[in-house]
Amino acid sequence: MEHILTPKVEEVQLLDRYTAKKPAIGTLYLTATHLIFVETSCNTRKETWIIHHHIATVEKLPLTGTGYPLNISCKNFHVVHFVIPSERYCQDVYHSLLRLSQPAKLEDLFAFLYNPKQDEDDRRNGWGFIDSAMDFKRMGLPNEFWELTDLNKNYELCSTYHSELGIPKTARKDTVLGSAKFRSRGRLPTLSYYHKESNGAICRCSQPLSGISARCLEDEEMLQAISRANPNSTFMYVVDTRPKLNAMANRAAGKGYENADNYSNIRFQFVGIENIHVMRNSLQKLLEVCAMKSPTMSDYLTGLENSGWLRHIKAVMDAGVFLAKAVADEKASVLVHCSDGWDRTAQVCSLASILLDNFYRTIKGLMVLIEKEWISMGHKFTQRCGHVDGDPKEVSPVFTQFLECVWNLMEQYPCGFEYNEKYLLEIHNHVYSCQFGNFIGNCQREREEMRLKEKTFSVWPFLWENRQQYINPLYKCSLGREVLRPSTLPLNFKFWCGMYNHFDKGMQPKQSILDHLLTIIQKRVEGEKKMTDFQRKLAVMDGVLADECTLKSRPPEQTLMPPVSVAHTSKNMQIKEETIIQLAPTAGSKQI
Amino acid sequence: MEFSEHIKTANVEDVVLRRPFYQPTKGTLCVTGHHLIFSNRGGDSARPFLLLLRNIDAIEKSVENLPSVSSGTITLKCKDLCVLQLDIPGMEECLNIASSIESLSSLETVSEMYPFFYRPPFLSLQDQWGLSSTEQHYAQMKEIHDGWRVSQVNRDYSVSPSYPPAVIVPHSIDDETLVKAARFRQGGRFPVLCYYHRETGTVIMRSSQPLSGANRKRCREDELLLQAVIDGSELGYIIDTRSSQQAQQARMTGGGFESKSCYRGWKRLHRQLEKGKVLQESLIKLVEACGDQSHSVDRWLSKLENSKWLSHVQTALSTAGLVAECVERDGHSVLVHGSEGTDTSLLVSSLAQLILDPDSRTLAGFLGLLEREWVQAGHPFQQRCAHSAYSHVRLRHEAPVFVLLLDCVWQLARQFPLAMGFSEPLLLRLAKEVYASDYGTFLCNSDQERCVTGVKERTHCLFQSLLRANERQHYSNPLYERTELAIWPSIQPPSLQWTCAFSPIQWPFDMC
Repeated sequence: MEHILTPKVEEVQLLDRYTAKKPAIGTLYLTATHLIFVETSCNTRKETWIIHHHIATVEKLPLTGTGYPLNISCKNFHVVHFVIPSERYCQDVYHSLLRLSQPAKLEDLFAFLYNPKQDEDDRRNGWGFIDSAMDFKRMGLPNEFWELTDLNKNYELCSTYHSELGIPKTARKDTVLGSAKFRSRGRLPTLSYYHKESNGAICRCSQPLSGISARCLEDEEMLQAISRANPNSTFMYVVDTRPKLNAMANRAAGKGYENADNYSNIRFQFVGIENIHVMRNSLQKLLEVCAMKSPTMSDYLTGLENSGWLRHIKAVMDAGVFLAKAVADEKASVLVHCSDGWDRTAQVCSLASILLDNFYRTIKGLMVLIEKEWISMGHKFTQRCGHVDGDPKEVSPVFTQFLECVWNLMEQYPCGFEYNEKYLLEIHNHVYSCQFGNFIGNCQREREEMRLKEKTFSVWPFLWENRQQYINPLYKCSLGREVLRPSTLPLNFKFWCGMYNHFDKGMQPKQSILDHLLTIIQKRVEGEKKMTDFQRKLAVMDGVLADECTLKSRPPEQTLMPPVSVAHTSKNMQIKEETIIQLAPTAGSKQI
Repeated sequence: MEFSEHIKTANVEDVVLRRPFYQPTKGTLCVTGHHLIFSNRGGDSARPFLLLLRNIDAIEKSVENLPSVSSGTITLKCKDLCVLQLDIPGMEECLNIASSIESLSSLETVSEMYPFFYRPPFLSLQDQWGLSSTEQHYAQMKEIHDGWRVSQVNRDYSVSPSYPPAVIVPHSIDDETLVKAARFRQGGRFPVLCYYHRETGTVIMRSSQPLSGANRKRCREDELLLQAVIDGSELGYIIDTRSSQQAQQARMTGGGFESKSCYRGWKRLHRQLEKGKVLQESLIKLVEACGDQSHSVDRWLSKLENSKWLSHVQTALSTAGLVAECVERDGHSVLVHGSEGTDTSLLVSSLAQLILDPDSRTLAGFLGLLEREWVQAGHPFQQRCAHSAYSHVRLRHEAPVFVLLLDCVWQLARQFPLAMGFSEPLLLRLAKEVYASDYGTFLCNSDQERCVTGVKERTHCLFQSLLRANERQHYSNPLYERTELAIWPSIQPPSLQWTCAFSPIQWPFDMC
């Protein structure tokens, strides 16, 4: 609170970013967690809330005729331009926001303040809601080829990995230990996804410390063990997700990539995804395109091209598709790494899992996937998201790119996912909001040291509670375990307006099919509930049922999708229709 | 001339057909007067594959003639952008087939085209051709009967060869005045009504350019006609779909624009819309970009930008938005024209109607709009759609104005997915039909030509057919909810989406 110099500023203007409309006038409030703008110029009270941690940059511009401009850009791509009447207030707000948006210590993040009025039990249960270890069980582990090991239980083998690791059954302990020593930061090859149907496995690790000529027998044995764990293939792929040039440069620093001569039966492959710095700059350029005021179509397309953003998205997608094809079609196992194995590797492995396994295309499945491949495998959320004041060169939109790849898949498979675009956007919001503890910390060990499970809440139960909003009404689970084979033609990669222009409502489609269908479903659920009530009343009146109050009330059903075929008598149908008519006062016009 | 003269080899066995997303299949290829028929008797699909020869835009052949093998390959690039390949055993057969396709696909005589032979069991030639006539359309709009009338001045097509026999004009203007005004407009296309806006009582009209020429000629009758529209006191807008420079230049060749001094109360705005060759080349570049095999996003975006197609979409929508704004928000009548009044004027006026008029957004309403504003209004379909994006033939009058309309409508429907009664498949179907069709709807360049060649008596009408029960269901939007409000599209570049409809590889990836 000591950072808030002026908690309230009046007569502040909120400028419209694209049109020359009259600015909204209102009051700006700073709270410990949010910046709030309350519009006073219009009759209806309109509020804009911005969580401090979402603020990426605050910028003071030179004085204009109407006051002191303050531009705020957020990590969820919300951009607001305020004009503050006095210089002192502008200065105050500016300094406060700088301190509040990026605190010096992790302990000052919102999650440590946030209390949704739940008791300790709820908190504990909430943290147990998603268990990534359970996912290995779902894949059929342990089985005759793979097992879980607790060799890393004290994070001695690898400080940035989870404590439970999937490894091949035939790998001896000294093989595992030796391999870990030969891998950058001890990030040894470990199981990411096991594909029951083909016995193919996706494993992940960091680059080997091979340098110019070093080799490690244990590491070679480890890869051998992974390869042997798949009786369906005589070889395995080793995929280095970096551009070849970057990988070669690493050799000079004692790192590098596998020499195929030293490993038996591997097929080595580069896939050329750029590093975090290239991605950060690319996003910066993309946002500059988004910020252009009424660009021509040519300016826009040229800007989009020059940003390279869609090229990078395609590179990640191509790599994911390569993995999925190797596992599903060639029945081969794949070992994936980049440099440290926590950025590109996480993107590619999780994308391949989605392509291969329908489970990850469900609401809960995506939670498990993020928990497993990102949180527990040490994607450095604190640094990549810039939660606290730190090295800006560590910030990079790696996770955002993963979500964008998923969105692109959803565009190609409108019935293939249980969740909708809002779910991705909400997850993205929470990755940056620091309202929950899940995305704080760079690895599991750090989180345990911070005792996040005792001090903060988990986002997953919260999202699960609200899952009605995140349902894709068009989802057909009959797609089953079918492998997705998306087109990766360039023209199928679109600009994600819903993410980057999310707050520019004028640019979004004016009517949303998703909202429309969700409303219909909501109405149907309500209508059917009402119908059951009527039926019961009718039965009571006919004397078929005992009086309501003597009946034990039915437990509230939480059906996501109400059953489609309910047998109705014609009488019931009538009641149902009436209810629906009653419940449907809104016309489409309201949405325009 | 008999079709058989063109067919040297009618049947070839053991031909392999390759097309995107299908396994190559071996079967018998047969050439008829209007079709390529491919059947694989042993195959799983009982239905033979049928390709209208008219649909073929370009043909490429390569042959191999060695003592051991003699064979050839024909690549067919279709006007609906599909690309097929036929592997034909025997060099001579291959060359014969290729030459048959070449000559039969480029036949120009309208009465020899397939619609004159197409006789499906579910349609009868006795059915009404077309959905509605000008008179019927007028009769439905009771609210305009005071101020407007149907004029038969063009009943024998002598006033304007490209206009329909009946048009709607201000009540106070008699036929004699119309005849004189027509002489002052290119192709006799004097200003006529295309849309009446009930709420404001204002109208959208369209015409061709006035023939004021270098000497700034005037035409009293033409001025009277426009005067009658705005009734003296008010203001009207003339949206000229050329730049003001182009409009100035047009005077040198006898064309021109309405000068301020002669047309009091009318304010002229220029919005340059491309047409003709520029538009055709844009489509060619776009399709080339979509078919690019390099798999490079940068290359794709750069080619897409270079094609300028989306810029044309943006300009068309923004000009239509301007027209709609004048009518709905400002309450002023609008006259739209470019030069001939048969291309961009129709594009703008029909898009403006879609924005404003809920009746034109139903399936039947939309087809009715296309019939009035494109077929009856004399868009020269035969000239504009003679070739599509693959043809190597030297371009003459080709221009994908109608395809541009369909893309704009697609953009509107994407932004207002509940407001349109029809669905994307309809737009794709129309894009195909306009180039090659079983139906006579898009034959010829004008109503007059259609009458002379007997199109209305001897072919079936596509629009009628699309409104049959099962077709109607297929092309309806299941989420449609009528809204009475205008639908204002966003024309910001991120709001406009490129579509894979222009890709040679179109496939619903979601096959569930």
